[in-house]
Amino acid sequence: MTTALALAEQVRTGTVSASEVVERHLAAIDDTDGAVHAFLTVLHDGARREAADIDRRVAAGEDPGPLAGVPVALKDNLCTTGVPTTCSSRILDGWCPPYDATVVGRLRRAGAVVIGKTNLDEFAMGSSTENSAYGATHNPYGPDRVPGGSSGGSAAAVAAGFVPLALGSDTGGSIRQPAALCGVVGMKPTYGTVSRYGLVAFASSLDQIGPISATVADAAALFDVIAGHDPLDSTSLDRPAPRTAENLGDGVAGLRVGLPLELVDGVAPEVAVGVRRAAEVLAAAGATVTECSIPELTYGLSAYYLLAPAEASSNLSRYDGVRYGKRVNGADVEAMMRATRAAGFGPEVKRRIMLGTYALSAGYYDAYYGQAQKVRTLIINAFNDAYRHADVLLGATTPTTAFPLGAKVDDPMAMYLSDVCTVPSNLAGHPAISIPFGADTDGLPIGVQVLAPALCEPLIFRVAEVLEEAAPAVAAPVLASATWTGR
Amino acid sequence: MTSPPTSTEAGRWEPVIGLEVHCELRTETKLFCGCRNAFGDEPNTNVCPVCLGLPGSLPVLNAMAVEFAMRIGTALHCQIRPSLFHRKNYFYPDMPKDYQISQYDEPINVNGFLELPDGSRVGVERAHMEEDTGKTTHVGGGGRIHDAEHSLVDYNRAGVPLVEIVSRPDIRSAAQARLYAAELRGILIATGASDGRMEEGSMRVDANVSVRHPDDELGTRCEIKNLNSLRSLVRAIEYEITRQIDVLESGGTVLQQTRHWDEDKGKTGALRSKEEAFDYRYFPEPDLVRVVPDAAWQADVAAAVGAMPADRRASLAALLGADGTSGARTDQISTVVEHGLDDLMTAAVDRGIGAALVLARTANEASAEPERARALDPGAYTALLRMEQDGTLSATQAKVVLGDLLENGGDPADLARNRGYEALAADSLAEVIGDLIAAHPDEWERYVGGDDKKMAGFFTGLAMQATNKKANGKAVAAELQRRRG
Repeated sequence: MTTALALAEQVRTGTVSASEVVERHLAAIDDTDGAVHAFLTVLHDGARREAADIDRRVAAGEDPGPLAGVPVALKDNLCTTGVPTTCSSRILDGWCPPYDATVVGRLRRAGAVVIGKTNLDEFAMGSSTENSAYGATHNPYGPDRVPGGSSGGSAAAVAAGFVPLALGSDTGGSIRQPAALCGVVGMKPTYGTVSRYGLVAFASSLDQIGPISATVADAAALFDVIAGHDPLDSTSLDRPAPRTAENLGDGVAGLRVGLPLELVDGVAPEVAVGVRRAAEVLAAAGATVTECSIPELTYGLSAYYLLAPAEASSNLSRYDGVRYGKRVNGADVEAMMRATRAAGFGPEVKRRIMLGTYALSAGYYDAYYGQAQKVRTLIINAFNDAYRHADVLLGATTPTTAFPLGAKVDDPMAMYLSDVCTVPSNLAGHPAISIPFGADTDGLPIGVQVLAPALCEPLIFRVAEVLEEAAPAVAAPVLASATWTGR
Repeated sequence: MTSPPTSTEAGRWEPVIGLEVHCELRTETKLFCGCRNAFGDEPNTNVCPVCLGLPGSLPVLNAMAVEFAMRIGTALHCQIRPSLFHRKNYFYPDMPKDYQISQYDEPINVNGFLELPDGSRVGVERAHMEEDTGKTTHVGGGGRIHDAEHSLVDYNRAGVPLVEIVSRPDIRSAAQARLYAAELRGILIATGASDGRMEEGSMRVDANVSVRHPDDELGTRCEIKNLNSLRSLVRAIEYEITRQIDVLESGGTVLQQTRHWDEDKGKTGALRSKEEAFDYRYFPEPDLVRVVPDAAWQADVAAAVGAMPADRRASLAALLGADGTSGARTDQISTVVEHGLDDLMTAAVDRGIGAALVLARTANEASAEPERARALDPGAYTALLRMEQDGTLSATQAKVVLGDLLENGGDPADLARNRGYEALAADSLAEVIGDLIAAHPDEWERYVGGDDKKMAGFFTGLAMQATNKKANGKAVAAELQRRRG
């Protein structure tokens, strides 16, 4: 089993060189990514350079860090110096950031090797990675299925075995939903735990970067590397980030697990069965599982689809053709801006800019944005009430397993419903993790979700690890690459 | 177009004016990033991902800007409170993010006032923080955006911290508006928060003007932009008052508009109407957290804010006693305070120089070179004024020596000597005058007999000739008086 941690150990001890590891993964990507289309950019030269540097440091007796030589894929909304950062949008055509996102610097300092940039729904707006200007990504477990989104490229890259680790961003479920659909681990940290500096903003009050990996222990290790205060992000919590790796293996004996019916009922029967089996696993491991109801969670989606577009409408204003990226000329500056934005943005982005602009408009602000903020507060209060009786909550990550490509592209509302189980954690700023837990009759992965109060990352990783150990076996993905090793 | 309104028209029409003053803060760095806050550098040299609004960049609030904002609030008697930044959304090429980070319904300073030198008081609704935009130069056409061939944008100014001070509509004339702007400028400089340089755009004024019959409801207002000097402010307001009165008296209605002041034409012109006004879609800036200055910080700031111009004027007036409130003196005192020379003046008075003389030299001569005057050694300044006071130097000579002192520094006695003003010691002057009286007994008789004005002139002229103009006229007069007994 070559997990990220095992690879790093081999590289640090000189059992294998970082260069060998990187070559193997580059070859797998070159072989198989034509069918998956997880990557928008593969950094052959850069990854080789970084790997050679790690090898030099190992040879010199240095410790290159906990992720020494581990190939990592970055969602292409994370800024990388001199490397195109497209957000899967035509409007950023030709733009290379002059700086690295804070998380990229933290990865490098931990010895990780950035191997490429992955596909996403344009500006992270979508749940299937079909809203990409560069074409859809295919789910390794079913090439005619979506990988979920918006971090579909990162989830698919891990599922296919191209990389043991990837970073995604989660605004309403964009890490957890594709992780569930691709049968991998995906975690959204507490808001403010991971710096957003260098993450191209979708909805600033909801966005959070998080790990995607094949195993819980790898996700925990990656979280520990990227978490921590950053003076460049004013919303970054100025306190030591919770350390998660050291609490793995503590088990769940005595833990109170709440099972909110809103995150179980109403999802596809096979997914609901998966969640209940997961609950039994936790009970068998010594936790107390109690069913509960948090009716406020059902308002989350409506609030989310006002707040996120409202912030997005403002965050995406800067793509006006004046300073960088695409420009379509016009008779005057206003015409140029209109033409640039008309040509540069895809339909889903335009839809959300329109929605958000409307929600913030004079005369409508109170009814939409203001009301949605109140719902957000209600959801936070409801979570706090629930956590008086439970240490963690367990539920489905998604209403269904991976749906066919094209099935929902013409029905935005159906697509938005994919996020119904995940948005409450974003609205509350709480951490949540999706763990693969068996598959449906089509062999498509089922994900279950563990939710916890702010800063309780150590707890959710502990619970996730117990579930991981007891999860039903699943067949290898159809599009497994040569470097795929399973769990 | 009629002439600017006179007091008779003011009887029928009352102008109602409110001012919005933007001032750039004198921080080392910009409001949300570490770029230099400097005027006049090469275009686009003080820029970074944050102030260029590059994707993924995030703002971090400059604590010094908050401190300056609080100083301004303190000086304007505002309530300082926890505040929040909002985004003001509109598209404009010199605004890198196409939204401006500003404060909206929870500004840092509210409910203050400003007392003008004439004793009137203008309410200050709020003084909030926001970031400045870049600067666009339109090339070709008339230099305006719509007919330009192309435009160049300099983002050095983008993200420079501003405080916008919004007055209540308490101002009733262009003259009072001028007084308010000038006094506010003095306060901004006194707090150290801004250099108040209107010519460099570090202080910019927009005027909201309406007219009404006294005691009526407020009339429809127009906002005049682009007022870059106190002179423009006065001219634009006077023009606008007259324009609105003309519209109303000819049966029309004033349209709510944003108007642009054209300095060359001396006119305001419509920029956009109320219907064309932007919907800024304000909402709380999610990239920043609430600003909550604690009591200790507020106390530190209050202590750091020095005396305000009004208090300083009162202190100087007190030095002059009953004289301090006369019109001419009031203007001189304002000048001294405006140039920050009150310490110099106080030092000289404390060392025994008459306050009226100190005020005259400080307001008239020292204020012409304010920077040098502020650096002047109070001891040297006092020594010079003492030479004038005791008659060792004439007023004219004292002014010349003061010029030298401001230019090069040094000992005033040496400077006077270098100019050849070393005067005659009192006994040598007495000797000269004794000789003159002996040589002109008839004239002396006439002087003693009462024709003193004319004959004093006669003897003074001779004394000047005899001493090669080194004699001090006052000292000559005093000696003549002494001898007459």
